[in-house]
Amino acid sequence: MEQWSGYIGLILSGAGVTVKITLLSCALALVAAFVGGMGRISRHWPLRWLATAYIEFFRGTSIFVQLFWAYFVLPLLGIPLTPMQAGVLALGLNVGAYAAEVVRGAIKSVPREQYEACTALNLTRFQEMRHVILPQAFVLMLPTFGNNAIELLKGTAIVSLISLSDMTFQAQVVRVQTGSTAIPFLTILVIYFGLSVILSSSIRALERHLSRGLDVTKA
Amino acid sequence: MKWDWAFVWEIMPQLGEGVIVTIQATLMGTVLAMVAGLALAIGRRSPNRWLSRPLGFAAEFVRGTPLLVQLYFLFYILPDMGLVLSPLTAGVVGLGLHYATYTAEVYRAGIDNIPRGQWEAAKAVNLTMRQTWINIIIPQAIPPMIPALANYFIAMFKETPLLAAITVLELMNQARSIANYHYKYVEPMTLVGLFFLAVSIPSVILLRYLERRFAPQGRR
Repeated sequence: MEQWSGYIGLILSGAGVTVKITLLSCALALVAAFVGGMGRISRHWPLRWLATAYIEFFRGTSIFVQLFWAYFVLPLLGIPLTPMQAGVLALGLNVGAYAAEVVRGAIKSVPREQYEACTALNLTRFQEMRHVILPQAFVLMLPTFGNNAIELLKGTAIVSLISLSDMTFQAQVVRVQTGSTAIPFLTILVIYFGLSVILSSSIRALERHLSRGLDVTKA
Repeated sequence: MKWDWAFVWEIMPQLGEGVIVTIQATLMGTVLAMVAGLALAIGRRSPNRWLSRPLGFAAEFVRGTPLLVQLYFLFYILPDMGLVLSPLTAGVVGLGLHYATYTAEVYRAGIDNIPRGQWEAAKAVNLTMRQTWINIIIPQAIPPMIPALANYFIAMFKETPLLAAITVLELMNQARSIANYHYKYVEPMTLVGLFFLAVSIPSVILLRYLERRFAPQGRR
């Protein structure tokens, strides 16, 4: 029985790594989503073209392939990455590409009159985005962002395959050392589920907080 | 570092074998996800709470946890319970059940989107339950579901490399074993990426067509 507490410690340290990768990748994905999404609706065709290429490339190939490419091929091109960096880079850019489409969709769904009102008030394009369009669009993005964040959390399991000691990796270690399969894997399944519940409920809370006072039509 | 075409041609046959397994896994997973998803959607609509509640929770649980861990679970635990599956079978079952929880939501939304009036009209003209489903509900519910279902099948296709982790020799695993054997990563990994792009770009175009073709009336 004593040894189990050691194994639980191992799995919990893995959970820490999983949470860290999730948070770092979410941050990268958020930046990538806004850059990509706004790039796609830019007035300048080179920007539009670049953003479309980014989005289609990362949505078109598997996250798995991207991760292995980042980990095995980039070092040969002179960009050595630690497993952590490769994991965050691949996950962040992959989920960012999906979220970029959400950003684009939400900005497009802000009614025309809002843009016309901005023109009437003589706001610059930056002011228009910053003060009028984005605050309204952001609330529309949140529910889908929540789903994307959960996809990202689930995606972190694959970094165990590039020898990063996340929760799935540690469960494998426990499996090899104890010969017991059901207990470590059931434990991490429950922890993953708990994490995704926390993630989705905090996004929902943020959504309630931000939509206060906004007259948004719920999609 | 340079691109070696001779090496590319040398490894093509082996990658080709991987492609076949990848496609097999996707197709079989798709069939399972469609059937199991329908069963799940119907089960969750059941008036019996002892059936609908646990099913709902199970679906939430499967959707909230990583497919990779589920695959390990199937692959390592079922043999302990005396059920020995080949890696490919375990992989297909894992993929199919995981995506069944997503397709179930599509079915549910499709059925819920049929206006109440349709059900009432069916009752008014004295159709039986069976006739209502077959002649009224399903013909209207299916077309709007098609783009969403297709979307998940493309997603599933892109998840098949996970099967490499439970020793299925699909495309990614073939590429990995080539890479480890020759200690050359650039060509095999890049080819796998190109293969996925080559399949998913046409499928995205097809998907856009399906979305236009089956757009809900009035928004066409």
